[in-house]
Amino acid sequence: MDANGLLTLPGRVFFHFLSYLGQLAALAGELMIALRSGVWRLKLVAQQIVAIGYGSQGVVIVTGAFTGAVFTFQSYAKFKEFGFETTVGAVVSVALCRELGPVLAGLMVAGRVGAAMAADIGTMKVTEQVDALRVMGVHPVDYLVLPRFLAMMISMPFLVAESISFGLIASYLVTSFGYDMPSTWYLTHMIDHTNMEDLSIGMIKGFVFGMIITLISCHQGLAAENGAVGVGLGTTNAVVISSLVLLIVNFFLSILLNYVFPIGTV
Amino acid sequence: MAAPAPSPAPSSDADVFIELRGIHKSFGKQEILSGIDLTLKHGETLCIIGPSGEGKTVTMKHIIGLIRPDSGDVFVGGMHVNKLKEREMAPIRQKVSMLFQGAALFDRMTVEENVAFPLIESGLRDKAEVKRRVLEALEAVDLAEHLDKYPTALSGGMRKRTGIARAIICRNECILYDEPNSGLDPIGSDIIDQMILRMQKRFRVTSIIVTHDMRSIFKIANRVAMLYRGKIHFLGTPDELNASPDPIVQDFINGRSDVTC
Repeated sequence: MDANGLLTLPGRVFFHFLSYLGQLAALAGELMIALRSGVWRLKLVAQQIVAIGYGSQGVVIVTGAFTGAVFTFQSYAKFKEFGFETTVGAVVSVALCRELGPVLAGLMVAGRVGAAMAADIGTMKVTEQVDALRVMGVHPVDYLVLPRFLAMMISMPFLVAESISFGLIASYLVTSFGYDMPSTWYLTHMIDHTNMEDLSIGMIKGFVFGMIITLISCHQGLAAENGAVGVGLGTTNAVVISSLVLLIVNFFLSILLNYVFPIGTV
Repeated sequence: MAAPAPSPAPSSDADVFIELRGIHKSFGKQEILSGIDLTLKHGETLCIIGPSGEGKTVTMKHIIGLIRPDSGDVFVGGMHVNKLKEREMAPIRQKVSMLFQGAALFDRMTVEENVAFPLIESGLRDKAEVKRRVLEALEAVDLAEHLDKYPTALSGGMRKRTGIARAIICRNECILYDEPNSGLDPIGSDIIDQMILRMQKRFRVTSIIVTHDMRSIFKIANRVAMLYRGKIHFLGTPDELNASPDPIVQDFINGRSDVTC
């Protein structure tokens, strides 16, 4: 790269980023039009719920359970030094509801479902199936993006709830059978210190993460070109961009939701 | 202040169905079309020929609004195609259908579901009528016994014929065929030619066919357009094409290249 190229690189990267945001905004706009005036293909929505919601349960449950277990295992020893070991249930529960449950479920869904969305739509794009839809008067956003979006909106809160639930079950089993802590202590502290606000934060985050994953992954699919190489690149980008955006958005969403549902005040 | 330029109007000739005026199109720095003018009347069959990469498919995709020109105007049935937004294209796409080069069948659907798709999407809900029309379309391309197969289980020729059945099922006024004979054996190719002729004679369907099959051209075309270096190099009847003294035309139709061993 020559000196001129190096000097203009930041500007080009910035405009490329702006262009990408513009494309995402345009897709979001089309999605809103589809939501309002497009035809809702309920059969496709049901198929996507099976693929996204039902199909992702395994990974979400395993991730939630082992995260809850290892979090409990690590924190119990440290808490015991201060004589706070009975509060492990409360800490793990709040952490799972507010952060770990939605974030880990989101990351796993981004990996599993986001990749599948980008690959499916990308393959249709490069084999002219998307153009075939257009020729038959079917808007690709109505047919390909809207059912996935609706299915994700329905599935994601359930997946987050599963992740949290199995995390708590695993945590309970570790404390009860691994450390001989009376289950009453664990359950009492957990129930006392976990409230509907904590659960609401998890559900809201799951909902937002679902939107992010669908929008980014479907955009990567619809923008795919150059055959199999383009589909592969789009699939990788869908997972990487969704995961990074999800983590960044999670930080700002946590700040915002802590204003709405302050921790420890209820 | 200068008055705004008047919006271009379609041809006043009521018999004109498709009109391309001064179409320019580039992809990156490569100019593909550099001023295409073409008019097609109702019921006419036009074959577009030319070397690979000269913009035959790109020209066709302009007609149905899949590609927008950098400059120029496209009119179909009196509608200004390149001024319409994607969601306003429905009236054009009710009039015009297209067979893609690779057939573009939906991988997750059977042959029957693929062919039924445009009918169902157009609002036909009577299952018996859908089934009847699907069988009729598949019989026309000799595929009625393969209803339950998925595209991956079909040969290249069968995929193409399924694509043709899907393109004709809605009985649109105009059908665009992108290399309908490629990958077909001579008998399969003749089935397609006969079907195009039947559509032309029975339903007065307007057809544009991108093809390299010179034998088909002389069977089915009313006119032939040859694209060369981004422009229409030749436009005339098949007989005029055959009799053309132009060396570029003669080299193309006789398959002569400059390459020597």
